[in-house]
Amino acid sequence: MSFSWSGAAAQLTELVLAILLAPLLLGWVNQCRAWLQNKGGPGVLRPYLMLRRLFAKDAIVAHGASPLFRVVPYVLFGAMSMAAAIVPTLGTDLPYAPAADAIALVGILALARVAIALAAMDIGTAFGSLGARREMMVGFLAEPALLMVLFTASLISQTTSLATTVETLSSRELAIYPSLAFAGVAFTMVSLAENARIPIDNPATHLELTMIHEAMILEYSGRHLALVEWAASLKLFVYSCIGIALFFPFGIAQGGDATGLLLALPALVLKLAIGGFLLALIETLSAKLRIFRAPEFLGTAFILAVLALLLHAFLETP
Amino acid sequence: MTALLTPALVGQIINVFAAVLLLVSFAMLAQRRILSLIDLFAAQGFVLCLSTAFVAWATGQTHLYWSAGLTFVLKVLLLPWILHRLIRRLNVKWDVETLINIPTTMLVGLVLVIFAFNLAQPVSELAGTVTRGTLGIALAAVLLAFLMMITRSKAVPQVIGFLAMENGLFFAATAATYGMPMVVELGIALDVLVGVIILGVFFFQIRERFDSLDIRHLEKLKEE
Amino acid sequence: MNWEILAVLGIPLAGGAALALAGDRRWAAELNVALSFATFAAAGALTARVVRTGPILAFEEQFFVDPLNVFLVALTAFVAMTTSIFSRPYMRIEEDHGRLSAARLRLYHSMYQLFVFTMLLVLLTNNMGILWVALEAATLTTVLLVSLYRTPASLEAAWKYFILCGVGIAQALFGTILLYMASQKLLGSGIDALLWTHLAGVRSQLEPTVLSIAFVFLLVGYGTKVGLVPLHNWLPDAHAEGPTPVSAVLSGLLLNVALYALVRCKVLADGALGTPFAGELMMGFGIASVVVAAFFLSRQRDIKRLFAYSSIEHMGLVTFAFGMAGPVASFAGLLHMTVHSLTKSAIFFAVGHATQKTGTQVMEDIRGLIRARPTIGWGLIIGTVAILGVPPFGVFASEFLILTSAMRQEPWATPLLLLALGVAFAAVLSKVQPMVFGDTSEKFPPGRLPHQPALLPVFAHYAIVLTLGLYMPPYLADWYREAARLIG
Repeated sequence: MSFSWSGAAAQLTELVLAILLAPLLLGWVNQCRAWLQNKGGPGVLRPYLMLRRLFAKDAIVAHGASPLFRVVPYVLFGAMSMAAAIVPTLGTDLPYAPAADAIALVGILALARVAIALAAMDIGTAFGSLGARREMMVGFLAEPALLMVLFTASLISQTTSLATTVETLSSRELAIYPSLAFAGVAFTMVSLAENARIPIDNPATHLELTMIHEAMILEYSGRHLALVEWAASLKLFVYSCIGIALFFPFGIAQGGDATGLLLALPALVLKLAIGGFLLALIETLSAKLRIFRAPEFLGTAFILAVLALLLHAFLETP
Repeated sequence: MTALLTPALVGQIINVFAAVLLLVSFAMLAQRRILSLIDLFAAQGFVLCLSTAFVAWATGQTHLYWSAGLTFVLKVLLLPWILHRLIRRLNVKWDVETLINIPTTMLVGLVLVIFAFNLAQPVSELAGTVTRGTLGIALAAVLLAFLMMITRSKAVPQVIGFLAMENGLFFAATAATYGMPMVVELGIALDVLVGVIILGVFFFQIRERFDSLDIRHLEKLKEE
Repeated sequence: MNWEILAVLGIPLAGGAALALAGDRRWAAELNVALSFATFAAAGALTARVVRTGPILAFEEQFFVDPLNVFLVALTAFVAMTTSIFSRPYMRIEEDHGRLSAARLRLYHSMYQLFVFTMLLVLLTNNMGILWVALEAATLTTVLLVSLYRTPASLEAAWKYFILCGVGIAQALFGTILLYMASQKLLGSGIDALLWTHLAGVRSQLEPTVLSIAFVFLLVGYGTKVGLVPLHNWLPDAHAEGPTPVSAVLSGLLLNVALYALVRCKVLADGALGTPFAGELMMGFGIASVVVAAFFLSRQRDIKRLFAYSSIEHMGLVTFAFGMAGPVASFAGLLHMTVHSLTKSAIFFAVGHATQKTGTQVMEDIRGLIRARPTIGWGLIIGTVAILGVPPFGVFASEFLILTSAMRQEPWATPLLLLALGVAFAAVLSKVQPMVFGDTSEKFPPGRLPHQPALLPVFAHYAIVLTLGLYMPPYLADWYREAARLIG
């Protein structure tokens, strides 16, 4: 894809939009959860308030912390922003498109995971190691599943470039593909696991022994914590956008179409709103799995993803 | 309405049925509770019945309607009812015990699916039906049921695996040949029904003797 | 009006139903014998008709009788009859010893007749699908018979039998589906596409890939029921734990019938493939069965298990012979099926009464039968000698023919066969000889058996086998040759 001004504009818009809207998505999901549980709810803008509060506070760092500990929040935020830039949310004509490879995306997410796990172990507390261990276990199982889902999409579009994949998928005639259905279910399960939502992890829990994500960030405070939380909400945003791009790519602007871009924005907001609501629904209806069942959950996701791949290869091609 | 059905769409809908069948077979493999296992078996029969009826509608082979009806009566209604009654009277609602853990079983199942697809590839090209692509899935369902049989240590899940195997074979028949002649299908249905009844009687004998339906009690006869 | 076929099939079916109602009366066993005799008479009439007028296609071609299956029908009916004669006093003694109740005898008698019905249906049907259904039904009728004594071991044996044969025969169903798929192209849909006569007519045009895969599945499936290694696990247990009449009919009849089904499939596969693929597979499985069974023989402690392994060995030999193909080998195979069936069932009769007399199936505990009960002793030793291939019994003749064909056609197999037969000879004779001629053990329950054992069938069978060994009547030889030609 050659460089074009509209493409660059689209890219920048996407990036800024992602960074700005991610906490809103998180707030929306939490609000829906509260509504489904018949509670008043904290309000959609709560995460912004939390971020403002955290940025105003001092960042306290433990004595034994290495420079890694201070750097990781920035690494996290940077990685997630890069991921957000790669995933085609508004348009497919992006300057970054050549680098927007599905495997590269998974690599960036893996980088983020490793960074936070190292930071968690850096201080040397028990909970940090506990969280890091569990996070790596979940990641070790979820990554192959995610890769399989992306491969299925790549097989259908004959390329691993995300932008091309989205273009191919959105321009096909309406057809029923069981492989995509399987892949969709697998992807949902993986994103639940990776974003530390129920049934793998409870983002609202106070019990350290049942935490995964929260256990890793116990030691962070102030602007570090703000960045980490922001990165977490960005991660949710990125996963949602990947899901939308692969499975519901209608409305994403093809090429450098300016009007298309303008239309893509409300479409994106609408899809994210629906997705957030469904996520809250899933969380309300499921119970948290015991940690030793997490491998089974992810194993099922992996199996579904591989089945999707096989179904596509054997059923839908010739 | 039939004009809407392009051959491509018919093929896709049949693929959907086949995919759901495969999913149900995997779900049976991963099941821990015996009541859900029987319900999944009924669901498998239901998917079979629907897909047979759909093929009947799309290709105009009316004898398949009878086949679908037979499947419905036998596999969705009668057999699950007999099985439910059996486990209620035998008082066995335990968890299914497996000989190897479930994630490993699922991985082995995946390998079997790949094997089945490869095996069926040359054969399905030679079939003359619109459903020939699904022969691989039928064979996979058979192999998965077989895996379920050999990794279970209690009697009733083994029997359900056996019945699921027969389901897979029925789907293979529909996929490859638009179903066997009615007489043969009736004969097979009769065999299955009589088999389950005999097994029911047999389970009581086992339970009477061993006070348990754990298959491992039945492994004493070895080569001396 | 094909009343012979109707009679051959209808009598056991009706008999099964009748005995289901009345099987616990005192005269049930006599009714069983009478029904079996009537079936045999009908089979005889059918045979006479086929010999006179040639192959019959009956009832819209759903039933087919040619020289190959008519002799098996006659053999089946005959052995079923003699077994029912044997089972009369045997089961009475079992009932008196308290091992069986009248209700279980009712189950036994009705299942016995139904079992004969399903076997005859397998033999007479022209429809490959119905063949499958009937063979599966034969398994089902015998499952409850194997577990008749309700001991833990018999329950285990019956469970293994059901599961292993069930799984095996499911493979055969897949093979049948593939066969139907191949035939649909040439013969259209509908029931006629599964008729063996039609399939045989177009067999050279059947799709080779499909037929080769189909044959493999059919071999695995039906081969399980024949007891071919490595699918034989159910056989020793089922023979050892079930009542002796059941062991006799399983060994003597069911294995034959399953092999018949396999042979019909082989004819189709050979025609479609044009290569000796099917035959080679059968030879491989056959030799494996012979060798493995022979080496297992020496480890057996239970007498019925010993003879069960002997059945595996002999059926392996027949499978090998049919795999070789050619007029002499097929002739020998058919002859061996006959004499094995007769000899083995007679041995089981003798063994049955021997175990009843001594109260045990463990061979080490049985000694000196010749003194305690001379007829049983002689019955056992003559049978053993016959089944091991000692001349002038018929088994020697068929084994000799198989070996010479092997030397000519498949020389690599001859040393293996000779070795296996030699090992089997040594193993079996060394175990049976002390049982018959050794010093009488004091452990025998004193006194006579409550009912007169029926040993007439035993010696009648031996007489036939001896005759076949010494002198084969020309019409019989022609008949076998005719049947061998059909196998190819």
